[in-house]
Amino acid sequence: MKRLWLILPLALFALFLGVAGYQLTQPKDEFVRSTMIGKPLPAFDLPGATDEAPRVASAYFADGQPRLLNVWATWCVPCIAEAPQLEELAERGVPIVGVAIRDEPEAIARFLENYGNPYEVIARDDIAELQLGLGSSGIPETFVVDGDGIIRYQHIGDIRADDVDEIYAAWEDAR
Amino acid sequence: MIAELGLAALWLAAGLCVLQLFAGVLGARAGDDGVVSALTRPAAIVQGLVLLVSFACLLRVFAVTDLSVALVAANSHADKPFIYRISGAWGNHEGSMLLWVTILGLCSALVAAFERRMDDRFMKSMLAAQAFIGLGFIAFLLFSSNPFARLNPPADFGAGLNPLLQDIGLALHPPTLYLGYVGLSVAFSFVVAGLVTRQAGPELARVMRPWVLAAWIALTLGIAAGSYWAYYELGWGGWWFWDPVENASLMPWLAATALLHSVGVLAARDALRTWTIMLGVVAFSMSMVGTFLVRSGILTSVHAFAVDPERGSFILALLTLYVGGAFGLFALRAGALAEGKRFAAISREGALVFNNVMLSAILAVVLLGTLYPLLAEAFGTRVSIGPPYYNPVTAVFAVPMLLVLLVGPMLRWKRDKLSRVRVPVALCVAILAAALTALIFFTGAGVLPTIGLAVAAALALASWFPLRGRKLRRVPLALWGSMLAHFGIAVSLFGMASESAFSIERLVAVEAGDVVEVGPFTASLRAVEPVAGPNWTALQGDILVSRGGSETILQPQARYFTEPAQNTSEAALLTRWDGQLYAILGDAAGEGRWQLRLWWKPFVTLIWYGALLIALGGLLSIFGHLRGSARSRKIREEVARRRAEKERRARA
Repeated sequence: MKRLWLILPLALFALFLGVAGYQLTQPKDEFVRSTMIGKPLPAFDLPGATDEAPRVASAYFADGQPRLLNVWATWCVPCIAEAPQLEELAERGVPIVGVAIRDEPEAIARFLENYGNPYEVIARDDIAELQLGLGSSGIPETFVVDGDGIIRYQHIGDIRADDVDEIYAAWEDAR
Repeated sequence: MIAELGLAALWLAAGLCVLQLFAGVLGARAGDDGVVSALTRPAAIVQGLVLLVSFACLLRVFAVTDLSVALVAANSHADKPFIYRISGAWGNHEGSMLLWVTILGLCSALVAAFERRMDDRFMKSMLAAQAFIGLGFIAFLLFSSNPFARLNPPADFGAGLNPLLQDIGLALHPPTLYLGYVGLSVAFSFVVAGLVTRQAGPELARVMRPWVLAAWIALTLGIAAGSYWAYYELGWGGWWFWDPVENASLMPWLAATALLHSVGVLAARDALRTWTIMLGVVAFSMSMVGTFLVRSGILTSVHAFAVDPERGSFILALLTLYVGGAFGLFALRAGALAEGKRFAAISREGALVFNNVMLSAILAVVLLGTLYPLLAEAFGTRVSIGPPYYNPVTAVFAVPMLLVLLVGPMLRWKRDKLSRVRVPVALCVAILAAALTALIFFTGAGVLPTIGLAVAAALALASWFPLRGRKLRRVPLALWGSMLAHFGIAVSLFGMASESAFSIERLVAVEAGDVVEVGPFTASLRAVEPVAGPNWTALQGDILVSRGGSETILQPQARYFTEPAQNTSEAALLTRWDGQLYAILGDAAGEGRWQLRLWWKPFVTLIWYGALLIALGGLLSIFGHLRGSARSRKIREEVARRRAEKERRARA
């Protein structure tokens, strides 16, 4: 019995070595993925970019056409960086819906004037309700939503030039 | 040139390590007094000095921002203030590992130069063990983390240091913490030598004790400094996050705390032999496991160190060698150790054993919580473990431990009766009951903070009970030390419980002129203006804070660093005797309004003052024990001299 007790620390340490050694060989994945992939877009009904523009609701996505949903804001610097890439996607025929988080009509108009407007339509999410509903942890984030309103793909952070093809392919797949 | 000198010194230190190991093993095996084995001590001393030279070279290349050294180019920038250029030397993987190894070398050198109480064979085994550890980590530096690697061509600019690290905290926290981590290697090598030479008696404990205490003091201060640094620098208002890297520092501390109490029992009563030996191995093993967790990047942590599986594998191999080897030796040899003296359940030893078991249980809880995500991930689940697990589960063991601490120090060695200490026990129970009643009826504090405050109140008084029946002038220094440290625990606990029970938080969006109430203060934002520092620009809030007629200005900043580009939030703190007001300037909220986050944290500073008292208690204890040991040696010498004289006379 005593001998067993003396070997215990060694045995526990061996267990630790096993687990740590195994984990070291595994590739590390630091991404916090949205659990929303494969689920329908949460229901929402938000005001448009200006007070005159029509409201944008979740029904908008249920017309059989896959779209990109881009969560952004005029006060977000990486959003400026990704503007050219969004422009390129729009030119390649991808419809993009923008959701501006905690923003104002004048600021939105100024931003679109300066950095271009790739959006089909823009919704204003003043209390970040849609962003939270999407489980998105930061801005910008971009989702591919298929024709039935199901989320198919998520891109975290700004879209770099070498991300464009992958996002385009994800949009193609959703058709 | 300086970088090459540093690298050469590192290689030389490796060579000296080999010599020290070889000579030590030779001396330990045969107990021979040959020329080679006589080199053990000198090799250890020179090795420590050579490593010091190597580290000085690293400081030098950082001080002058030598951009032809890859490490400097990747982590420093000439525009940084001088103090952060220096402390930047250990604000990165390679530099911090060199600091680790340097401290290890210096510990060996100190032991080799000054420790003369154990016999020769024991000391050679001890220094051989120390050299064995040193060799592995120097090899790690040389083959996988060379801090002196050159960059050809040299960089034009340095990449700069993470702004969160450009703080006086970095200058203090890692070196003290490392002193503690690595200081525990001395205890480790002592018990390994004890196992090898089959010596595990009170003498070993007496020799180990100052080293364990010193390492434990450094750990205490290092953890406290780190906690305060995180508290004011991260701007989250919290002081402990149960982050894996924090746990990596807490675990050796828990083991060292247990060890220093069991060493006390072994020294005074020759009991707990096997247990003390095991804790000696566990304490430094926890340091090395911590180093592995931190340096391999295997766990996700706020301490975002570079992830490098190759380095992780190297350290894991070293762990296997040292920790596996030591536990293996323990399994083989510990059974053969003579059993120590026995004692009754109600006795000083009994209370200390209880303390040890509870500390070990807390250690197990923290270790399990830290490693559980790793284990779960192996089965494909991603989990994150936080305060909802750690706080209650550690409390289950900490509260009984603290309750026993109220009485334990008053008990006699070997056997005692509770009836002998019934007056102080009754006093403690009265304080606990009164405090609990008052807190439950008059405050809405949660369960754990309530218990914490009550226990802290009782302990603050009970820690001085050992003075009962003693003449104040004749109280030994070591006892003052232990009472002060226990009082420090009460102070710290009071701060923690008060912070969690009575903190008031306000998150508001205000424009200039708005007034906010937070606790006993009123705060009004006067302006937000841009300011510039040496390598940053900032928006600085100007907040007029008043309480009972006295007014102060708080100036929290949102800083934008350029090299590298990163934003940090500099909290503004207003410290009063009864707590701290903590202000953070947030984002612009539109229409000229700013987000402000204000906390009033009553008695929060006691957390760190308590830690200082604990460390001070440890220091008194070291002096007390060293003086005691010097005195008893003198008496022994005197007795031997007189006996010799008597014999001489008798013969004549």
